[in-house]
Amino acid sequence: MSQLSTFVVGKYLFGVDVSLVQEVVRLQTITPVPLAAPEIAGLINLRGEVLTAVDLRARMGMSRSATTRDPVNVVIRVDDEPVSLLVDEIGAVLEVSQVPFEQTPSTVDERVREMLLGAYPLPDRLLLALNAQRVLALTEDVRAA
Amino acid sequence: MEAIDEIVAEFLVESHENLDQLDRDLLALEQNPDSRELLASVFRTIHTIKGTSGFLAFHKLEKLTHVGENLLSRLRDGRIGLNDDRATALLKMVDAVRGLLAAIEATGLEGDADHSGLISTLSTMLEDGPPPVATPVPAPLGEVLVDAGATTPDAVEIARMEQGLGDSRPIGSILVDHGSTTPAAVETALETQTAHRSVVDSSVRVDVDLLDSLMRLVGELVLARNQLVSRLDDAADTSKDSSLARSAQRLSLVTSELQEQVMKTRMQPVDSVWSKMPRVVRDLAKQCGRLVRLEMDGRETELDRSVLEAIKDPLTHLVRNAVDHGIEAPEIRTAAGKPAEGVLRLRAYHEAGQVHLEIIDDGAGIDPQRIAAKAIERGLVSQGQLSTMTTREIMHMIFLPGFSTMGTVTNVSGRGVGMDVVKTRIEGIGGSVDVSSKVGGGSTFRLTIPLTLAIIPALTIGCVGRRYAVPQVSVLELVRLSGEHARGGIELISGAPVYRLRDMLLPLVRLDEQLGLVPIGAADAEGAVADDSRGGFIVVLHAEQQRFGLVVDDVLDTQEIVVKPLGRHLKGIPVYAGATILGDGSVVLILDATTLARRSGVLNSTAALAAVDTGDEIEVVDPVLVVEIAGDRRAAIPLDMVTRLEEIPAASIEHVGGREVVQYRGHIMPLVRLSTLLGGYGESTAGDGVQLVVYTRGERSVGFVVERILDIASERIGTRSDIDDHALVGSVVVGDKVVELLDVDSAVLAANPNFYAAEPAPTPEEALA
Repeated sequence: MSQLSTFVVGKYLFGVDVSLVQEVVRLQTITPVPLAAPEIAGLINLRGEVLTAVDLRARMGMSRSATTRDPVNVVIRVDDEPVSLLVDEIGAVLEVSQVPFEQTPSTVDERVREMLLGAYPLPDRLLLALNAQRVLALTEDVRAA
Repeated sequence: MEAIDEIVAEFLVESHENLDQLDRDLLALEQNPDSRELLASVFRTIHTIKGTSGFLAFHKLEKLTHVGENLLSRLRDGRIGLNDDRATALLKMVDAVRGLLAAIEATGLEGDADHSGLISTLSTMLEDGPPPVATPVPAPLGEVLVDAGATTPDAVEIARMEQGLGDSRPIGSILVDHGSTTPAAVETALETQTAHRSVVDSSVRVDVDLLDSLMRLVGELVLARNQLVSRLDDAADTSKDSSLARSAQRLSLVTSELQEQVMKTRMQPVDSVWSKMPRVVRDLAKQCGRLVRLEMDGRETELDRSVLEAIKDPLTHLVRNAVDHGIEAPEIRTAAGKPAEGVLRLRAYHEAGQVHLEIIDDGAGIDPQRIAAKAIERGLVSQGQLSTMTTREIMHMIFLPGFSTMGTVTNVSGRGVGMDVVKTRIEGIGGSVDVSSKVGGGSTFRLTIPLTLAIIPALTIGCVGRRYAVPQVSVLELVRLSGEHARGGIELISGAPVYRLRDMLLPLVRLDEQLGLVPIGAADAEGAVADDSRGGFIVVLHAEQQRFGLVVDDVLDTQEIVVKPLGRHLKGIPVYAGATILGDGSVVLILDATTLARRSGVLNSTAALAAVDTGDEIEVVDPVLVVEIAGDRRAAIPLDMVTRLEEIPAASIEHVGGREVVQYRGHIMPLVRLSTLLGGYGESTAGDGVQLVVYTRGERSVGFVVERILDIASERIGTRSDIDDHALVGSVVVGDKVVELLDVDSAVLAANPNFYAAEPAPTPEEALA
């Protein structure tokens, strides 16, 4: 049995292990980082700490312009480094008891499927459990010298 | 009061008797050091004095006897033996106790006598071991009081004068009498003074983690301070809350001071890393069959401990390399006419807010030919690439991953790992590595590293609507581009943008292009250069000892920033040295000058080529004054040879015995026309004013007539062996031009052959020194 902190990105409902989530904040200012990978939204100031914000829409292959709402920062701590995930909307913390489907339905985009631990069927929709490590393992598409 | 005085009097009488006994006992002890009885008697006497003095609040007496008692108790217990030094110290203690008692008898107070030296001597004798060479001198009581804010320097001065005029009272009581301070403050000060005394008491061990966390907190405080100040500045027009402004100013001041002090706690001398080197060198020299003498200059140079930590391995690697690869085997050295023993020199010094570390050996040096051959063999460069490379670039290939010049892989180094790591590590902390070498003469590795990594002054600039920070250490100057042809001053030389700055060509890097915000070359496209009336700034930066201009839209301000490391997703972008948070809370990226220069290729530009192609040996020289002699001809004069720059009316030049002279500061000063001396293209001083560079030694002066004063530059010198022109010693590269370096002495002698001859003028050697 585990607890998942859920959030919405595009048409998907994702969840990450609640123990990884440090906090959820709504911040307006993001400093873009030229030359960074396209999934990097920029840097945010979280009470004096500089955090990298990863745009989950971009990461999942969706465009940011498809939404007009200000993104929410879900700050997760992986390998002892806090990173902010930009999501569309934050959901509840859900307790899931059953074993997840190992096979993710084929309706889920290929790119998204690679970042999943598994899927849990909820009464009305599917909850996709994210593998945080894999979400943060961006392609080394850094256009540096 | 009566009662207390009686007790004191009784104490004094009793103590005097005891002291006499003590003297006799101690002397007897010297003859018979093992006598437990004598020791026990001495111990009892001191113990009694100590107890009573504590009760009567004679703290100095108590402290002194306390230390004595400690020593005596150890002697009594047989844990340490009585030797000459200990006996002498104990006798001195008895004398001091007697002095204190006399003072108490006379004034009722212990007086100003200073026993800190004695106390620390006694303390160090508690263990068997050599006595300390020197004991610290405590600050005078007056100063302690002033430092504590308990009185004013003026009051202390007056009290001292009174003492000088015959007032025998201690300074503390004079001050109390004057109402300049309180008895309690004097008491505290005396304690502080004592506390300052022994080395053991004046330092504490602090956990490094605690210091790191202090540093972090100070960083936060600096940020909060900046934030407050910037808010207040914004609000300055609307509200006139001066008390708030004052508090903010005070906060700002205290924060700066706190920051400085906390930084100091983290500073350690470079010796903490160097101290391991003699052993490293000795072992390695043995292993490799070398004779090496290690010399170290500037051991006391301090660096932040995080920096020290970071340079430890690279430094060790360079030292090992120098012993293994640099210094030759004794027989080879002897055959080459060098002393069998090689010298490895480590130098450290502060300059321009940075620390310079040099690893200098007098070994075989690095042969650029061999480097080139190796690089081709390893497939690191092609023959074609090599032909366009400068000596400097070739030398720098030793820092490429997978490069090793040793024919055979030795046990020690030369596995082809290391040099690249050295470079990566040093650059990782914002430093740079440079190498210069002379075949057969040795190599010098130069590390330039920042003093601290935590808080640095930085310039904030604007580019395409965003702000960035550039560490101030890289910034040389700012040039504003304004007016109708704001960017018209930017020219294209073989496709690369340059700016003519004081007649020197400055290669340019456009920040917007480098950050990928506009396509590369767009701004320089046909016609765009001329039309561009957009204002802007050129931030003149230096990287790897070359200068270049960074074109930005705006220059905002300078402030202290706290460097925050970037997360792992951004670490791979070398243009950024980190990020910081500005006063308004926004995150700003910190740019790395060296990477910007390297990415854009300005380091390989014409100016850079000129800087390295002038000779084999490259050295950094002192600043020079660049002057125009005639026409286009220029010369450089070492700045320390220049006393004054003058402009005189041409009419004031007189002729005496076929020489030009001028009356200057009450003397007759001979003039030398550098155009004539250096064989220029004839007289061209058309104007009314004549520019003079005056050189003065003692009473004598010589004026060098030049066409124009151009610039002061600190540039590289390429020693040219083929200079046969007299009055020239070599050439310097200033900007993109080779400029001849004037031999001031021969030029002076041309004007006045007796300049150095008679006293008090110094000899040429002294003049050169």
